[in-house]
This record gives sequence, structure tokens and C-alpha cells, in this order.
Amino acid sequence: MDPLLVFPSPAPPELAQALDLGGWAWKAAADLDQARSEQPPDGWVGALIVAGNEPDDAFRLCRSIRSGDVHVGSVLLLIGGGRLASLDFREDLFDDFCLYPFHPVELEARLKHLFRRTGQAERAEIIEYGPLGMNLETYQAAIEGKPLDLTYMEYELLRFLAQHPGKVFTRETLLSRVWGYDYYGGARTVDVHVRRLRSKLGEEHANLIQTVRSVGYSFGTSRWV
Amino acid sequence: MSREQEYVLRTVEERGVRLIRLWFTDVLGQLKSVAISPAELDAVFDEGVQFDGTAIDGFSRVHESDVLARPDATTFELLPWAKADEPSGRMFCNIENLDGTAFEGDPRQILQRNLQLARGHGYTFFAAPEAEFFYFESGDPASGRPTPLDRASYFDLTTSDVSSDLRKTTIHMLEAMGIPVEYSFHEDSPSQHEIDLRYTEALDMADNIMTLRLVVKKIAMDRGCYATFMPKPLNGVQGSGMHTHLSLFEGEQNVFHDPDDEYGLSATGRQFTAGVLHHAREITAVTNQLVNSYKRFAEKSEAPPFVAWARNNRSALVRVPVRKAGKPESARIEYRGLDGATNPYLAFSLILAAGLRGITERYDLPTEINVNLFEMNDHQRREIGIEPLPRSLDEALDIMEESKLARDTLGEHVFEWFLRNKRTEWAEFQAQVTPFELDRYLSTW
Repeated sequence: MDPLLVFPSPAPPELAQALDLGGWAWKAAADLDQARSEQPPDGWVGALIVAGNEPDDAFRLCRSIRSGDVHVGSVLLLIGGGRLASLDFREDLFDDFCLYPFHPVELEARLKHLFRRTGQAERAEIIEYGPLGMNLETYQAAIEGKPLDLTYMEYELLRFLAQHPGKVFTRETLLSRVWGYDYYGGARTVDVHVRRLRSKLGEEHANLIQTVRSVGYSFGTSRWV
Repeated sequence: MSREQEYVLRTVEERGVRLIRLWFTDVLGQLKSVAISPAELDAVFDEGVQFDGTAIDGFSRVHESDVLARPDATTFELLPWAKADEPSGRMFCNIENLDGTAFEGDPRQILQRNLQLARGHGYTFFAAPEAEFFYFESGDPASGRPTPLDRASYFDLTTSDVSSDLRKTTIHMLEAMGIPVEYSFHEDSPSQHEIDLRYTEALDMADNIMTLRLVVKKIAMDRGCYATFMPKPLNGVQGSGMHTHLSLFEGEQNVFHDPDDEYGLSATGRQFTAGVLHHAREITAVTNQLVNSYKRFAEKSEAPPFVAWARNNRSALVRVPVRKAGKPESARIEYRGLDGATNPYLAFSLILAAGLRGITERYDLPTEINVNLFEMNDHQRREIGIEPLPRSLDEALDIMEESKLARDTLGEHVFEWFLRNKRTEWAEFQAQVTPFELDRYLSTW
């Protein structure tokens, strides 16, 4: 999929981490020139622009986007609480904003809100983690290039876990995110499906999904630990 | 079209699936299958597959003979034994009437209905069976007494025999189909094996049992031998049962668990157990539905014919396993009456209904029985309040016929059909002169 444009470059580490953990594809640019030279064929689907201590550069880039110097879908502006007043009369420069430093959950919610709703950006359609590959477009998963035969719920569970490597999820969280709250089976269902997934991954790869004692499950390891 | 159906369509396309088998189960517990081509799948999800049910056991009715099979997309699995260039998949189906209502003869929906009742109380029902079966050289009755493949016994580690290899292949296939196996080992009798499935919700488990039976038989057949779940195929050695571990959950909580109770059983767990015991005699015709099932009970082994419970007493119908400390979620009871020839959808429905009745009516759990009931006579057992299970299919049918619980749980259609069908089976058996009779009487009278 097409990545999101992030300004400035290098991206602030906590932003890079949040985007990676959330499974968003992104590329940082230091200025308008770089944003233009690295622009994907169909333009950037969106931009996250951090207005840090020197917000003028950020606003300048926003303005260039609005005037079409570089093609960008929606703009999410990240701005420090002390500088909110500077948004006055600049409302046309961004589609939504988020306080900076941000709370990862808020950032994630705003990203989804902006890009899911407009349909302009989607999560990466390919997940690759070690021996595991998943094509979200075709619903196919493979381990070491060999197709995995999964049921729909096994696939959804694996997809969810693989999109968040290293993150520990409780059974309740998995149940509510993967099955939905109204599922009657209770958290036991999660154990049953994890066990099924492991048996399909095969002995050699069963440990891709780890049991975190008295907490829940995690997949692989994060590049952030 | 649901997301699950879309997923199946996509998988069929991506994997080049050539054939889709639609599975369902008749009232006697036999697996039935109708195959469709992938091109039909979209329409089948919308409309179902219409077929004439007249020839299927328990499906015939007076007015209407056609029914609809509707595949359950969540059960789609690729068949691991299909040829690489001809991938095939299967789905379990619900059977509907042409007007879209549930077909009253469909065992899978009978279980769904009973699980729904349990959910009304907030419960999810989990089951984990221990399936026993024999491998023989042949399944042809004409070849006489079946010949086992080995002479090994309980837990024996046999190195070179065919049957261990068969079991291993079977387990790989089951795992590949998302049916986790907890243990497997050589059982007590020659060429008798056991595969224990890891617990899952009862509907999935009933589907899994149907799959397990097919896989066990198929792998054996591929190697030129025969596998059977017949409850008592050999004289003089123990038969095959399907002891099943049962538990109820309320969300994350195992409602059978109480750490302060002497047996680790909560009040709910006690009531459920009491319900299962109280109604055990009424449901035995279904949990043990063959004439032959009652020969297993006659062996005085792991097939307990007495309505009693205990922690460690193999002559009792229900076992309350002693648990490892710190595993509250594993609280369960083990129902030891079942055999592998049962229809798992109907058997689980009845056991669940019996247990729930115990809870809603607040049955008292009888005292634990720690004496060997096999060593007592009827009179002694009666004195301590222990009843035997029915001793024959005939007696089991008599008791079932009087059971409102069985009638309500199975529904009128299946209840009536089952009794009629099994009465006929019994009558046919009664009309047979057996080898026993010839051996014993021909030369003496």
C-alpha cells in the first residue's frame, strides 16, 4: 500500500514506534523537496505533520500541500498544547489535529478516523514476519512459502496478532477485537483457537504465538524491545 | 454475504479448490456428504442445496421430502488428504425446511438449540472426548472374528507395528484440520487405540468427533486395514468407549470450580452432576445406541454400568477428576458411559439438558461411592441406592420412551423416529440365532 508522509525527518522516535506498532506504512521527509521527490505515483494518501518547537516549517509544508505542490490526501497535524492558539485562522491547513506529545491510543484513533473513513489509506496489505507471510487482499497466509489452511476466525486471529508483533494481548482484548463483544463463547474460545492455530503452524513454528502466563498471548517479538 | 462466506469464496479461488464437500449427520450419527463444484458455491451460500431427504435416516417425513443443506462457512477446512492438484474442502451444514425454518430432524441444530438454552443461563458448554477404537485387518463381517494388527496393551510403546504409525498419521491429519489432540496411546486391548481431543465448545466438538471418525477410518483404509468404533468387537477384552470430560463456563469462569469444596466442585457443579446422574438411564438409549453397546457394559472394565459418581472408582458412571492445584479452569466431570457409536450432537444435547435440569431444579448430589460396585450384587447395590444403567437396548428404549426430558431435548420428530428405528433394530436382533446359542444348545438339546 501507499505509505503516509511523515514530517520532519528523521521522525520523532515515539511517533515512528507508534506507527510501526499500529501497522501503518510511512516514510519521513525533511522538507517539501523530499516530499515531492519521494512522492508515490498516486501521491501520498496522507501526511502526519509534527509542528514542534519551530511550527513555521510545519505550517509552510501544510500550505504547500494545500496549494498542490505535493499531492497529499488528508493531513493530520500534531501540535503541542502550548501552541494551540497558533491554529487560529489556519484551520484550512489540516483535516484533523492531535496534541503532541500524543497518546498512542488517541493517535491511532485519529489515524483510523481520517484514513479509514475516507478510504484513502488502508493497512499494509502484506504482513511479513519471519517465516510468516499474510496477504490481506486475498486472505491467504503462508509459512515458509507453504500455504496455511486456516478457517476464517483462525485467519482473523493470526492477522490481528501478526499486525502487532511483541504486544501482549489479554484473552478479553483478543475476544473483543477479533470476535467482537457479542461473541458468546467467552475467553476460552481464544485458547481453543490459539491451540488450533498452533497446530496448523506446525511444531516448528507453533512458538510464533507465545503464551504469556496469567496474562494472555503475544506474537513474535517487537522490533521495539 | 457474510465475511465468513466471503473468506471461503476467496480461499476456494486462491487455492484452486476443485471440490467442496458439504457434510451433515443423520439421526443415527452417520456422516453424509454432498459435493459441489466451486462455481456453485456462491449460489449455495445464498440458497442452500436442495435434496430429497427420504433415504436419509431420520429425515423422512409424511408431507415434504425435500430439505435444504446450508453450509456453515465457519467450519470450512481444506482436506489435508486431498491430492495436491485437486484441493478439496469441506463444510458442515445445517439442514433447513424449504421455508427456511430449522429442519426438526437435523441433529446439529438440535444441539445448537440446546446450547442456546444453556446460553440463556449464561453458560457455554465444553467437551473433551477420549475416543477409543480398534484397528483390524478387515472390516468384512464375512471374514469371521476380526483380527487385530497387534498384541500390545495399555500404554505399550510399540516400535515397529503398523497401528502406531496409523495413529501418528491420523493425529497429523487432525492437527492439520484444526483439531488439536491432547494425548494418544495404545489402549488395553490388542490393536485398540485412544485419541483424546483437547476440549472445545460442544458444537465444534461434535463436528470434530464426526471428522475424527472419518479420518481414523480413512487413514486405516489407505493402508489396507480397517478401523472401527464399534463398542464391543471382541469377546473377552474391553470394548471401545468415549469417556467425555464436561465443563460449563460463564465467560472466563469455570462454574464447576470451588477451591473450598472437598471435591473441588461448586454448588453448580454438584447440581449439574446430580442432573446427569438422575437422568442417565433416560438418555442411555442415545449415548449407547447399538445392541452391541450393552455388551461393552457387560465387561466390568472401564465401561461402568452403575449410576454413581466418585473421584477414583472405575465402576462409577461419573468421575470427578482430582485436579492439580492452581488450575481452576480445568474443573470438570467425566461421563464414562458414552461409546464411539453415538451421535455426538444428540448425546451432548441430552447430557447438557440433564445437567441443566440438575441446576435449575437444584438437585442434591448423592454421596460419593468408593466401593467396587462390580463386586456387589443387585440387592446390595440397591441397598446403598445404586441403580444400574439399562442392561440392553430394549430396556434403554423403554426408559427413554417415558422420559419427558429426552422428548423435549430431542424434539418430537427425532424422539419418535429414534424409538421406532431402534425398536426395529432390537426386534431384528431378537430374531437372530447367535453363535453363542448354537455353541451352547445345539449339541445338548
